Amino acid sequence: MRPIPVESLRATLSNQPLEEAIYASTRRLMEKRAASIPEHLREDFQKWREQAHRIKRHTLENLDYYLELLEDRLRARGGKLVYARDGAEVARFITEVAKERGVRLVVKSKSMTTEEIHLNEWLEREGIETVETDLGEYIIQLAGERPSHIVAPALHKTRYQIADLFHEKLRVEREEEPEKQTLIARRVLREKFLSAGLGVTGANFVVAESGSIAIIENEGNARLCSSLPPIHIAVAGIEKLVPRARDLAVFFKLLGRSGTGQPLTVYTSLLTGPRREGEIDGPEEFYLVLLDSGRTKVLAEPRRRESLYCIRCGACLNHCPVYRKIGGHNYPWVYSGPIGAIITPQFHGMEKDWWLPFASSLCGACGEVCPVKIDIPRILLDLRAEAVREKIRSGEARLERLAFRLWAWVMTHPKVYEAAGLFNLALRDDESGWKDTVPGVFHAGPLKEWLRFRKLPAPPAKTFRDLWAARRQKEALEE
Amino acid sequence: MAGRVSLFVTCIVDQLFPRVGLAMADVLERVGWEVEFRRDQTCCGQPAFNSGYWDEARQVARHFLQVFADADYIVVPSGSCTSMITHHFEELFASDPAALEEVRSLRSRVWEFSQFLLEVAGVEDVGARFERVVTYHDSCHALRELKIKEGPRRLLRRVRGLELREMEIAEECCGFGGTFSVKFADVSGAMAETKIDSILRTGAEGVVSIDSSCLMQIRGALERRAPGVETWHLAEVLASQ
Repeated sequence: MRPIPVESLRATLSNQPLEEAIYASTRRLMEKRAASIPEHLREDFQKWREQAHRIKRHTLENLDYYLELLEDRLRARGGKLVYARDGAEVARFITEVAKERGVRLVVKSKSMTTEEIHLNEWLEREGIETVETDLGEYIIQLAGERPSHIVAPALHKTRYQIADLFHEKLRVEREEEPEKQTLIARRVLREKFLSAGLGVTGANFVVAESGSIAIIENEGNARLCSSLPPIHIAVAGIEKLVPRARDLAVFFKLLGRSGTGQPLTVYTSLLTGPRREGEIDGPEEFYLVLLDSGRTKVLAEPRRRESLYCIRCGACLNHCPVYRKIGGHNYPWVYSGPIGAIITPQFHGMEKDWWLPFASSLCGACGEVCPVKIDIPRILLDLRAEAVREKIRSGEARLERLAFRLWAWVMTHPKVYEAAGLFNLALRDDESGWKDTVPGVFHAGPLKEWLRFRKLPAPPAKTFRDLWAARRQKEALEE
Repeated sequence: MAGRVSLFVTCIVDQLFPRVGLAMADVLERVGWEVEFRRDQTCCGQPAFNSGYWDEARQVARHFLQVFADADYIVVPSGSCTSMITHHFEELFASDPAALEEVRSLRSRVWEFSQFLLEVAGVEDVGARFERVVTYHDSCHALRELKIKEGPRRLLRRVRGLELREMEIAEECCGFGGTFSVKFADVSGAMAETKIDSILRTGAEGVVSIDSSCLMQIRGALERRAPGVETWHLAEVLASQ
C-alpha cells in the first residue's frame, strides 16, 4: 500500500503564504456560514438537516424506481437520459455529439463531476477547445491546476498570483484588484459564450418527477452555458436525484448557507428538457448524462451508503482543522477534506488511499456541520478498520498488529499492566518537568515523532494507583 | 454521604498525570460522595478502536465492562474516554447481544467529571479558590459527542479568584487525535501551533481542559514556545483551595 505523502504535506506546511491563504479563506467561509444561521433559525436548521438526510436516504434506497421515473419524464419533455459507467463513456458521448454537430468550442460551468472524470483533458485530446466559465475554475484552468476546494476551486491562490497569471496567459495589464480581474475574465468569456456550439454543466439536483435539473450558482455562467449554445449536456452522478421538485426547497436552504453563507445563491435555475415551441430561449437539444463511476459500489455498502448523500457544499472542508492546514492539493482526488477522505478510498479502493481516513484527529467538526448529516467521523472509523483488515491480509501490518495485540494483552491483565508501567518504563528518570528527549533506544517510532514538535511530560515517580493505595493506607492509620 | 462513585482513572492520567486523579477524588469527596478505585481497571480501548484494531479494542472494552459491572456511578476525568464508553462501545459490540445489554446498562452510569458534578451531584460551587487568569479549551469529543460546552465554564466561574478569558478558537481541535499525533506529526504539530497562538493572545496564565490528552499536546508544544504558560485539568483547579 502506498505510503503517506509526508514530504508533500511538509512542503505545504512550510509554505507560509499558502497556509495563510487557506486558513483565512476557510475562516471567512466558516464565519459566513455561522452568520447565515442566526439564533432564531438554529432549531429549524437542525430540522432541515434531518429532513434532507431522510430525503436522500429514501431516494437512494429506491434509486431504481426514481431513475426509471426520471427517464420517462425527461423523455416526455424532449430530453434524453444517457447512462455512463465511467468518465471515458461520458467523454465519448460528448465527443460524438460535438463531432456530429461540428462543434469546435465547448463552454463549461463549474462541475465537480466533470472535474472528477477529467472531462476537459478528454475533450482537448479530441481537438475540442473546452473553456471553464466559472471564475475560480477559469483561473485554475489557465494555471493548469486542479481545484483545491469543492466550492472555491482557486481558494489556494492570492490575487497577486492571479494578477501574474492573467498578465502572462491573457497578455493583459497586470491588475491586482479582484473586481478588475473579474472584468478581464468576463471580457474573454463573453466571446466564448457567444461562439460555443455546446454547453456542459453539472447539476446540483436532478428531479425525478419532472425530469428537471437544478443548478445553483452565483456568477450566472451556468445559466449562460445552459441557454446560449444550441446543445446543452448536463453531467451528474446518479446520487443527485431527489423525488419531487418540492424537495428542493430544503436543499436550497441548506446548500447556500453551508457552502457560502448565503440564504440562497444568486442564481437558481430549474431546467427541464430543451426549448419548446413558443419559448424564447434554451437549447435545441438537451442531454442528461448520469455517471456511475464507483457510485453503485458505495450504494451496495449499507454502513457507508450515506457517503453518497453529499451535496458538495464544502462545509466539512472549511471546518476541518486538517484540511485548513494541508489544503486541497494534498488529497489525491478532486474531492478533498473530510468528504474526500471518506469517498476516495470507497471509489478507488483502499490500496492507494488507505491513509486518508487516518488523516484526521477525529475532532468531529465535519459531522457537526454536514447539511445532510453524513456521519463522517463514524465512516472514517469504519474505513480505518477496513484499512487495517486490508493491511493484515496483505501482510503489511505485522509489527503494528503485534503491538496492538501486546497492548490488548497488557490491558486485560491488570497485574501485568501495573508491572509494565506502560509509559513510565521507557521514560522515567529522576528529573521532573517536560523533556526534549528520551533515552537512546526509546527515541524511535511514535516517541520520536512526538518529540519532533512537542515535549513530553516526565512520568511521575508514582502512578495514580500507587498514590491512591498510599492515601488509603494513610487514612486507615489515622483512624 | 450522597452515594458512592467509582473512579475510572484513564491510562494517561494513571501513568502521566496522577495528580489529576487525586484532585478529582478530592473534589468528589468534598461535595459528599464516597469514592472508590477499582484496581483492576486499565483502559477503555480507544487507542485500538481509533486505529482500526477493533478486535483488540473489544477485548479491552470487555475488561472494562467486567471491572465496572456493578458500579453505581463511574466518573471519568476525560470527555474522550467517556465518549468511547457511552458512544462507541455500542458499535464495537454490535454483533454481541449479551455484551450490548451490558453496555446499555452501563451507559447511563458513566459520567464525565464536570457533567457528574453538575447533573448528578447538583453542585456548581465546589468551594475552590484559584487565583489565576485562565482560558478554557473545548476538547472535541466532550464538545461534539457529549455536548459539553457551558458546564465546565459554569464550574470555573464559581471558583474564587479565577478569571476566565475566552480564546477566539476555543472549539478548534488542538491536533492531538491519539495516533494521529504521531502518524501525522507535522500536521498535528501545526494544529497545536494555531491553538497556542489563540491561547497566547488571551494573555492567560494557563489553559484549563477536561481532557489530559489535549493538555499533553498543548503543553508539549507550549513548553517549546512559551514555557511559562501552564496547563491544568479542571479537577486540579476545582480541588485547589
